[in-house]
Amino acid sequence: MATAQRSTGSVRGAPAHHPARNPGFPLELEWVREARVNPSAVERRAATMATRRTVKGDWQAAWLLRAVTLMDLTTLAGSDTPGSVRRLCAKAQSPVRRDLLDALGMGDRTLRTGAVCVYHAYVATAVEALAGSGIPVAAVAAGFPAGLSPFEERVREIRASVADGAEEIDIVITRAHVLGGHWEALYDEVRAFREAAGHAHLKAILATGELGGLRNVLRASMVCMMAGADFIKTSTGMEVVNATLPVGLVMARAIRTYGERTGHVVGFKPAGGIRTARDVLTWMLLMKEELGTDWLTPARFRIGASALLTDIERQLEHHVTGRYAAAHRHPMG
Amino acid sequence: MSGRVAELFETLEYGPAPEAAGPALAWLEARGGTFGHFIGGRWTEPADLFDTANPATGRPLARVSQGSAADVDAAVRAARAALPGWRGLSGHARARWLYALARGIQKHSRLLAVLETLDNGKPIREARDIDVPLVARHFYHHAGWAQLLESQFPGQEGVGVAGQIIPWNFPLLMLAWKVAPALATGSTVVLKPAEYTPLTALRFAELCADLGLPPGVLNIVTGDGRTGAALVDHPDVDKIAFTGSTEVGRAIRVATAGSGKRLSLELGGKSPFVVFEDAELDSVVEGVVDAIWFNQGQVCCAGSRILVQEGVADTLVAKLRARMERLRVGDPLDKGIDIGAIVAPVQLERIQAMVRSGLEEGATCWQPSWSCPEEGLFYPPTLLTDVAPAATVAQEEIFGPVAVLLTFRTHEEAVALANNTRFGLAASVWSESVNLALHMAPRIKAGTVWVNATNLFDAAAGFGGYRESGFGREGGREGLLEYLRPVVSDDAASATGAAGHARGPADAVARAGGVPEDAADAPAASAPAGAAMPGQPSPLPPVDRTAKLYIGGKGARPDGGYTLQVRGPGGALLGEVGQGNRKDVRNAVEAAHRATDWPGASAHGRAQVLYYVAENLAARRDEFARQLEALGSAAGGAEVDASVARLFTWAAWADKHDGAVHATPQRTVTMAMHEPMGVVGVVCPDQEPLLGFVALVAPALAMGNTVVAVPSECAPLAATDLYQVLDTSELPGGALNIVTGLRAELAPVLAAHDDVDAVWYHAADDGGAEVERLSAGNLKRTWIGGPGHAHAPGTEQAVLHHATQVKNIWVPYGA
Repeated sequence: MATAQRSTGSVRGAPAHHPARNPGFPLELEWVREARVNPSAVERRAATMATRRTVKGDWQAAWLLRAVTLMDLTTLAGSDTPGSVRRLCAKAQSPVRRDLLDALGMGDRTLRTGAVCVYHAYVATAVEALAGSGIPVAAVAAGFPAGLSPFEERVREIRASVADGAEEIDIVITRAHVLGGHWEALYDEVRAFREAAGHAHLKAILATGELGGLRNVLRASMVCMMAGADFIKTSTGMEVVNATLPVGLVMARAIRTYGERTGHVVGFKPAGGIRTARDVLTWMLLMKEELGTDWLTPARFRIGASALLTDIERQLEHHVTGRYAAAHRHPMG
Repeated sequence: MSGRVAELFETLEYGPAPEAAGPALAWLEARGGTFGHFIGGRWTEPADLFDTANPATGRPLARVSQGSAADVDAAVRAARAALPGWRGLSGHARARWLYALARGIQKHSRLLAVLETLDNGKPIREARDIDVPLVARHFYHHAGWAQLLESQFPGQEGVGVAGQIIPWNFPLLMLAWKVAPALATGSTVVLKPAEYTPLTALRFAELCADLGLPPGVLNIVTGDGRTGAALVDHPDVDKIAFTGSTEVGRAIRVATAGSGKRLSLELGGKSPFVVFEDAELDSVVEGVVDAIWFNQGQVCCAGSRILVQEGVADTLVAKLRARMERLRVGDPLDKGIDIGAIVAPVQLERIQAMVRSGLEEGATCWQPSWSCPEEGLFYPPTLLTDVAPAATVAQEEIFGPVAVLLTFRTHEEAVALANNTRFGLAASVWSESVNLALHMAPRIKAGTVWVNATNLFDAAAGFGGYRESGFGREGGREGLLEYLRPVVSDDAASATGAAGHARGPADAVARAGGVPEDAADAPAASAPAGAAMPGQPSPLPPVDRTAKLYIGGKGARPDGGYTLQVRGPGGALLGEVGQGNRKDVRNAVEAAHRATDWPGASAHGRAQVLYYVAENLAARRDEFARQLEALGSAAGGAEVDASVARLFTWAAWADKHDGAVHATPQRTVTMAMHEPMGVVGVVCPDQEPLLGFVALVAPALAMGNTVVAVPSECAPLAATDLYQVLDTSELPGGALNIVTGLRAELAPVLAAHDDVDAVWYHAADDGGAEVERLSAGNLKRTWIGGPGHAHAPGTEQAVLHHATQVKNIWVPYGA
């Protein structure tokens, strides 16, 4: 190909999971008030996100391998048991078959998912199962998924998960604060959660499908970042509408704006509905186009998913063998 | 592959993703790589061959034939021969053909897209996702028009043989915009594709042949500008449709003047992209990408002139530069590139020269840090800032991936800068305020205005220009009109002229300063005004009446100081009028431009004034009737009555020429608004001096135009007597200006005037040819007709068409 494109992001080695945090910023209501989104223009951009760029062949294999490292391998079912959680943790430590990694020239690497994400009840189980792997445990918290339990209980839950060894806390915000325009209340809430999380990194779940539009997504993103969220995350996976590309665009641009204004880096996590290799590549294209290659590292980008990994494995196998693959030939999580 | 995957795992670079060229190259090879013309359903022997090359590599793709005048003649004959059969088909039968073409496009969509990218250099994404789907959409949409033609356009038929000349920037899409409406209406086609990009047109011809389209309905003649000129000059072509440069469009206007050929021109642009401080800037940035880095900026409606409000200019420039850094230029067949190859070396050189001139005129140039491929014709995305409105790069079309950026302070300044151009093709307005956006859209002189969007196209919405971007529309109902004509010919309609004057204009008037002796028998002082009064004749000499010119709502003495005598059929001197000259026309046009109250008035308000004119004219029926009879009318009262009726007709229409909301597939409200042309010069027939005047002036006024009228040359008193009627009817000064004088002197001044937007010439002589020729200066729209043409039965829609232009305003919505 005749393209003479240089990478615009810096070339990085295997990134550390937890670099500098977002210390937050005093609440600037002006940033909230002036926030503008043109939904139809955002949708037009999102609609061509997957058609303006593509990766094929070795490039696609490499991107999919990277996608594995970006995954928060998640189980959030009422039927979770210590056994099923341990099984997931095992999958997180060897997410892709060894023979495939060998064939891809990655045999000397330790490929792991970005994190394992569970309810508080299984934090300890997961921490134990992942001991020594370097894979952090993320806990959903703060009354997940609706966020309507008593405030003190939500704060207590965060502290408990951190005490059990969670290094990442995925909190839900009170949607009513956004829907009612109570930005100070939202700021104070997230600020309190961040304090409760202590050294654990805080991901603020906006539940974008319940916020009543893209402008509120943008405003809530700005407030959560000012309150010190290390990541902003689209959804619990339980809303009727979860991660969509227009929402992703708005949140990625919010991260860029916040960075330009404060100098602080915030990560992004889409979650819910990302099930195929094609889906995840589109999200990665979005991040690379809007924020740069630096945002394709686990420190700045996570994908919340449970079924996605199987499809990535199948695509990698197809890349290696040239034959279309079957899910049952890849070990379950 | 092994080491590479591990390395790419670290870098996450983009890699190559080429679309296969094999099937398209195989198609070319199967045809020996050489092509003749497609005439009368057959391929001619290839002759006088020239190369068409892939601009991304410089390598030839195929050899095509340079069409000669004889080839064009053969094609026109074939189209003429096919016309009766094609026109004679039912609309439903033609709909089936168009449907088959739409299906055929879809079935061969990838081959057409790849062929287009190879020949033109545009990114395969655009050919595949934008051009070809729109091509199919145009044939589907016009299959529908073919089906509905008889019910929606009764009394209309296809214009005949259409000569169509298309550009190289959207080769197949422009073919579709031209061919689909022609075939739908029952016209037959001779189409000349651009010399750089003939291949998809040839593949389309093959599709027509494969489908069994009747021979001669569609003919393709390849070649350069000489071939196009032969088509324009061919005497048996009924309509020329051209898309291309303003320079060539102007030459075509001159070449077709007086030929009676219908003409539609879609020409250049320097479209403004207006960004207000309350716009959502990240989306603005993507809008700019779609505006000027779409198709390498080789887009007639490219938003190449970014006008940004001062408060956000620095932020926008920073965002644009960051975005440009991420654009990718390269192999057009690669599915992951944004900008492909420039179509030809001469175009690349022009872009380079224009940017150089911009730098010489003080612009700051910004280009991304990466470099373009060495091989092939590539130019990087470029942003010029610190550009003054007077700079060449701010005025002239660059036709490349180069945007210029200027700043403005206020809404009014934005309008002024947006309209500070000879062109008027398209505009884009960015604001989160619906009030502001919809305030701006009607004020920008452009055929298409996109709100918070850019480069949205669809078959259901007309596309075409104001000003020197041409005239006529393509797409939608308004586009179809360009290919329709009344089944009853114009000649039949114009035969309804009223009692003609006993004498022609040349001997009806003479300069008062040098009156021929034989005309001096009846002194002006004996004008019959007094004698004609009812009741007791006054024993006193009549009071002189001086009919001045009527400019800006006031009487004005003619600049030249000369007077024309008006005589009745018997030679009696009926009165005198001023002999207007070019300066009077100038003054009248200026007054017409100042009369902003009139186009700004509500349609209801304009109707009220026209009714009031009718009321006041009716009150003076007898006086006007006598004057008309003195001027030679057999039935003056009837002419006054008919004039009053016409005023009622156009007062009625003032608030009824509704626009439309087009059913475009995008999630937008696409409003087709009828806007006035602007300042219309109206040259009236000698015959029926009152009715002929009213029938032209009233519709122009009703639609919100301001008018400079040249009344009947031999009987101008019918118009000058109206001054008092107008003065008592609350018509704002300057809305209607009347310059009496010699048609042969005044009409050319109006036709050549760069600040007149349309000229109507309705006289029994052949002065219309000169009007058409002179109109090429600013490409104003012309309407040439005979006496009585404008008030013949069944002409109201045609009159409305000439009195207005369609602006499509696209307003996307979503929350």
